[in-house]
Amino acid sequence: MTESPPPVVEMRGISLAFPGVKALQDVDFRLFPGEVHALMGENGAGKSTLIKTLTGVHTPDSGSVLLAGESVAFSSPGQAQQAGISTVYQEVNLCANLTVAENILLGREPRRFGGIDFPAMRKRAAEVLARIGVHIDPASVLETHPIAVQQLVAIARAIAVDCRVLVLDEPTSSLDAGEVAELFRIMRVLRDEGVAILFVSHFLDQVYEISDRMTVLRNGTLVGEHLTSELDRRDLISKMIGRELGALEAIEDASERHSVSGPVLVRAEGLGRRGAIAPFDLDIRAGEVVGLAGLLGSGRTELARLLFGADRADSGRLIVDGTPLHLRGPRSAIAAGIAFCSEDRKGEGLVADLSIRDNLVLAMQAARGWSRPVSRKVKDSLVEKYLTALDIRPANPDALVRTLSGGNQQKVLLARWLVTEPRLLILDEPTRGIDIGAKAQIQQLVTTLAAEGTAVLFISAELEEVVRIADRIVVLRDRHKIAELDGGSTIDEVVELIAGDPVPEEVAS
Amino acid sequence: MKNRLLWPILALVALLLLNLVVTPSFFALRIQDGHLYGGLVDVLKNGAPTLLIAIGMTLVIATRGIDLSVGAVAAIAAAVTCVHIGTSPDAGTALAGMAIALVLCAALGLWNGFLVAGLGIQPIIATLVLMTAGRGIAMLVTEGQIITVNNDAYRQVGAGFVVLPVSILISLAVLGLVALTTRKTALGMLIEAVGVNPEASRLAGVRSRTIIWTVYVFAAVCAGIAGLMISSNVSAADANSNGLWIEMDAILAVVIGGTSLAGGRYSLTGTLLGSLIIQTLTTTVYTIGVAAEVTLVFKAVVVITVCLIQSPKARAALSFRKVAVS
Repeated sequence: MTESPPPVVEMRGISLAFPGVKALQDVDFRLFPGEVHALMGENGAGKSTLIKTLTGVHTPDSGSVLLAGESVAFSSPGQAQQAGISTVYQEVNLCANLTVAENILLGREPRRFGGIDFPAMRKRAAEVLARIGVHIDPASVLETHPIAVQQLVAIARAIAVDCRVLVLDEPTSSLDAGEVAELFRIMRVLRDEGVAILFVSHFLDQVYEISDRMTVLRNGTLVGEHLTSELDRRDLISKMIGRELGALEAIEDASERHSVSGPVLVRAEGLGRRGAIAPFDLDIRAGEVVGLAGLLGSGRTELARLLFGADRADSGRLIVDGTPLHLRGPRSAIAAGIAFCSEDRKGEGLVADLSIRDNLVLAMQAARGWSRPVSRKVKDSLVEKYLTALDIRPANPDALVRTLSGGNQQKVLLARWLVTEPRLLILDEPTRGIDIGAKAQIQQLVTTLAAEGTAVLFISAELEEVVRIADRIVVLRDRHKIAELDGGSTIDEVVELIAGDPVPEEVAS
Repeated sequence: MKNRLLWPILALVALLLLNLVVTPSFFALRIQDGHLYGGLVDVLKNGAPTLLIAIGMTLVIATRGIDLSVGAVAAIAAAVTCVHIGTSPDAGTALAGMAIALVLCAALGLWNGFLVAGLGIQPIIATLVLMTAGRGIAMLVTEGQIITVNNDAYRQVGAGFVVLPVSILISLAVLGLVALTTRKTALGMLIEAVGVNPEASRLAGVRSRTIIWTVYVFAAVCAGIAGLMISSNVSAADANSNGLWIEMDAILAVVIGGTSLAGGRYSLTGTLLGSLIIQTLTTTVYTIGVAAEVTLVFKAVVVITVCLIQSPKARAALSFRKVAVS
């Protein structure tokens, strides 16, 4: 790659804030014609936000977007597309019941006498498909094709217009190896034609196979832009999930890390679920913080959901207090003293249209059944206690939860489970997308809970955080549990396990 | 809460005033044989079945559901009771008939609940099954005939008076009971939680399925009682016309009362107001002498107006003084 051509897209100093979250802070980004550029970062790093800023879904609070050297400000994806920026999203969003040709040219059908010129449309669609080497009948109905082909049709639709920039947001997540190879072949064809391709994927192998250059984001800030050939996997992972300075340093080693030797509270024996997580063994002791480390898609959440009974395990068994527990669903897990804070706060955690008070007592109330309401007095004292203890703002129990900021929502969710006094608390990404102050408070809380005898399973994409607060670290890769490390381990040790390839001598600098 | 109910209240008052202008005696009440008569009492009496069904519908809608089968269930209840009573003037036979009918309605509610909560079928489709099939069942029960009965005990349900019409007393009692049960226990909050976010509720340990199942059974029983009122009022069961389109009136009443079809927070007071608006509207059509052929159009215009004034967007667009809106 030479850097002679000027970048087709240049984003300078992009900042964008949502209520309570700084999604992007002063991010620079360049995209050159004829390259495949991978945008890297864990969930919440700001990848999607940056893409949406480029394609006109979001308008940045500050900063400028230049397309071929000219400043542009798109107010809708349609405008961006007219300017030559096409996007293909993770989920195929085409009309399954229309034909391939109709899908490719929807909204820009060739017309004749005020009607649609179907022969011309099929001909035009066939040309586009031929350009990327896909040989299917343009007159066939889209849903008769497998998802992978539908994805290719989506790409055909994207390049049917004059397309200078093609954004592929996790296009490979539902494809098998052969289909990925086909997609990559097409990407190379387009790249050689001079199209700039922005590629997002969580699969490192694929990123290294296809991309020429990568930009790494973390927590909404730019970590760096690198040529793929000059950045090895270990460095990349460090950059994606690496260190975070500042406020968090303050609580470093707030509690003396200790190896807990109490009785085993929860034991998983060969617990697994096909397609989610391979059978694993795991012991969690009372008063212990077990960290789960691994990249996105490595099976972190899946493991947690099995322990909670949110998904049914199809192998192995779970033993609580020495007795096997048949998990028929979350209710039986809750009855056994297991609590689970989902990473998807809005979708699986909070009930947005209910008040803080109702959300706080929901789990407790559900366990008691509808006919034994928690009395107003008990409710008020619980609410009062946790609003203060967790510093939830606004401290108004009647405020609807959806009006709260991300960090405060997370605290309400945490409080809902603390109210039930769980013996094992599973926290899935409790600190994602929340500001640093709230983050420190939640980490502090985990330490305190463990000291009081609660077992905590702590899942986070940020290794720094896991390494700091866990007494023991379980490492996952590709939906397998691959190792267990004790608390004193360093980030580098964990990174090495996650990266998985033996480190070549020349890079070990 | 008060804000949400403001517009329905205004709409109801406006309709009542319209009636007063057209029929100055509309608000007049008189007592005859210890019974209360008058325009307002008529509104209450005729609106009782709709109100009852709307109460059940409110809870169903709060769980993100809908029940289209209530009209058909009402017809079945009427048919079963009247066929059971036959020519008997006996109070015992009437009671037994009503009991059988209501048990059957509960079973039909179980069926709806099974389709929705058990099999996960979309509520609108699941209850459409019984909406269509239910009329057929009622026809089978009555063998296609209009069954007339002559039973004093049965007549009390829909046409009787204890100072006020018995039917409205029943509906108001059910309303009070539901309000008490859902708001004094945790049932209301759990129903709302399931309606707002079913998955989050499940993960919090709420028995979502049981709750959804229960509200469909309750809605069907409400529909059954309403069916008894309707047929008792005329001492006859007509499989074709008993409770016809009442599901639409009930859904409308719930929506006018401010409960969102998207599920979640519900308002029983709102539903009461909504039912009254609908019934007042029907009465108004007669009292102000709207021609029969434009009756439906007139109703539609009023309903659209009520819906528009409840929509913040429409209010903002209609208002010249934007300040007042914000």
